[in-house]
Amino acid sequence: MSPLLSMAVSVTLGLYVLAMVLGLMRLMRGPNAQDRVLALDFLYIVGMLMMLVLAIRFNSRMYFEGALLMVLFGFVGSVAMAKFLLRGEAIE
Amino acid sequence: MSLWGDALVAALLLASGLLVLLAGLGLWRLPDFFSRMHAPALASTLAAWVVTLATIVYFSLREGEPVLQAWLIIIVLSITAPVTTIVMARTGLFRRRKAGDPLPPPLAGMPDRPTRR
Repeated sequence: MSPLLSMAVSVTLGLYVLAMVLGLMRLMRGPNAQDRVLALDFLYIVGMLMMLVLAIRFNSRMYFEGALLMVLFGFVGSVAMAKFLLRGEAIE
Repeated sequence: MSLWGDALVAALLLASGLLVLLAGLGLWRLPDFFSRMHAPALASTLAAWVVTLATIVYFSLREGEPVLQAWLIIIVLSITAPVTTIVMARTGLFRRRKAGDPLPPPLAGMPDRPTRR
């Protein structure tokens, strides 16, 4: 891996971490429950993007499967929490 | 890998980092739940596309053949993201109406509340 690419990967991961800290602050602060669900969904997405960048960093395609699983679990979790806030039950 | 390939992948990665940071800033700074919902969409659409493109370019150039595995992530994400958004918007609307907080103004030409049949 060339120094240019390795520096770009580090800077990108740093920017992701910054965005995650902002999302975490919204998760802690969020005035309503729906704000917290939104922040958690955002954290899932950024974690998935981080996985893809790590695939480049460690030169391994195994990370794609992890990213795919994170998309699916983030979707199921967010919809279940939103449904719970909407109806009081996740599955009716 | 050539220098140009490296530079392309690096530029795509940096663009995605800036987009995600923008989404985080929007999530933190925007004043109200419905405006806050707009920001993370930037991360789940444009930033995800750009990162996927970066991984495809990187692995394709490295292995000398197209590696299109990462498209699966984009396809799944473009199916799931709108569903999450709609369910969450309905949740926000419902909980605000229940709490008696001010609702966003109705669209022009639409009734104040959805009519129930």
